[in-house]
Amino acid sequence: MSTPTPWRGTGAAPAYPGTAAAPQPANLADLLERVLDKGIVIAGDIRINLLDIELLTIRIRLLIASVDRAREMGIDWWEHDPTLSSGDHRRDLAAENRRLRERLGELEAARSKDNPDGGTGTGTGTGTGAETEIEPGAGAEEPGPDDAPSRSRPARKGTGARRREAR
Amino acid sequence: MTYTWLYAVAPAGPDASPWQVLPEGVADEHPGTVEAADLLAVVGPVPDADFDTDALQRHLGDPQWLERAVRAHHRVVSATVGRALPVRFGTVYRDEDRVRALLTAHADEIRTALAGIADRTEWGVKAYLDRARSDGETDGAGEAGDGPGRPSDDRPGTAYLLRRRTARDRAERALADAAGQARQVHLALSDLADRSTEHPPQPAEATGVRDPMLLNGAYLVHRAREAEFARAVAGLRERHGPALRVELTGPWPPYSFAGLPTGGDAG
Repeated sequence: MSTPTPWRGTGAAPAYPGTAAAPQPANLADLLERVLDKGIVIAGDIRINLLDIELLTIRIRLLIASVDRAREMGIDWWEHDPTLSSGDHRRDLAAENRRLRERLGELEAARSKDNPDGGTGTGTGTGTGAETEIEPGAGAEEPGPDDAPSRSRPARKGTGARRREAR
Repeated sequence: MTYTWLYAVAPAGPDASPWQVLPEGVADEHPGTVEAADLLAVVGPVPDADFDTDALQRHLGDPQWLERAVRAHHRVVSATVGRALPVRFGTVYRDEDRVRALLTAHADEIRTALAGIADRTEWGVKAYLDRARSDGETDGAGEAGDGPGRPSDDRPGTAYLLRRRTARDRAERALADAAGQARQVHLALSDLADRSTEHPPQPAEATGVRDPMLLNGAYLVHRAREAEFARAVAGLRERHGPALRVELTGPWPPYSFAGLPTGGDAG
């Protein structure tokens, strides 16, 4: 699609020192936020409601359509988005690895601080707490010596099995 | 039967039409001009079957149709840049007489708005957090600074958690710092512009860029200050280089600055 030089009819194209290749096809997102939302508003005879929900719907659908274009450009952000990607094994492994290391950190912290026989940790078994605000050594205030290991162990086993399958 | 799609409004000059040939419009039609009250409207005839309320609303839900039409609207508006007010996409009248009536009814407001954008164009400046570069910059300092006596060999898990927390804190600091720098960029450029405004930052899904967008500014710049503006952008890009990636787009028709002084009873 060819874009006419925007300066047609108003004189020679100006020089743009320091700007890379000014007259290129406009980026769709830039265009939409300007052309759909902006410009003088004079209600026409045919009224369309571009604002509110309609506009949001349009944008969302455009974004979906733009996935193909992004793929052509070699951009693969969607492949790392769990909602868009069916199964990326390397990603699973990396996440599993991270969870294990976080879990290890919790256990070490718990053992070294106030619970010498250890093994109880935070008792969640998922390690997701470490994503947010784990202070090493501060996560073991709830001992639960009896059922904590039995709660966490199956979770480990489950993810371990998944890890083997992924190989 | 056809309706009339409105693209832009310009002052009527001494010459019959300032535009020899206009690009094809939203319905592949050849746009022309309609004159009234010393104003010129850039309009195109579009088939009513495709552009009545229902059809238009349906088309708007079709991304392919919408992208094509938006680009066509933009092409025509771009041909008038520097002297015309862009009209918002999707403004359709029953016929050209209705457009003439509109020009006459709103002549004063339109002229005031035209005076504000004459010989000016819009430039877009976006700034992203430059994650790759700002990480590289602070890596060494961050590693050396932490480690409150935690032997990492003994407890690899603890060391890992500490490293992660350090990295997260560093990322938060880098983001806050970059956001502050983006404010400075916006203020510096606003000084050179007649008017400035900000669009909401675009999401990564729209840009294909994973780094967060911290500035999505629009600046109305007089043609006489364009070179200065471009130099300022280049200078800011240099100065804030380690933290921000600065992108310039334009020249745009003054979409973001084309509001009429009064909305009023335009219908």
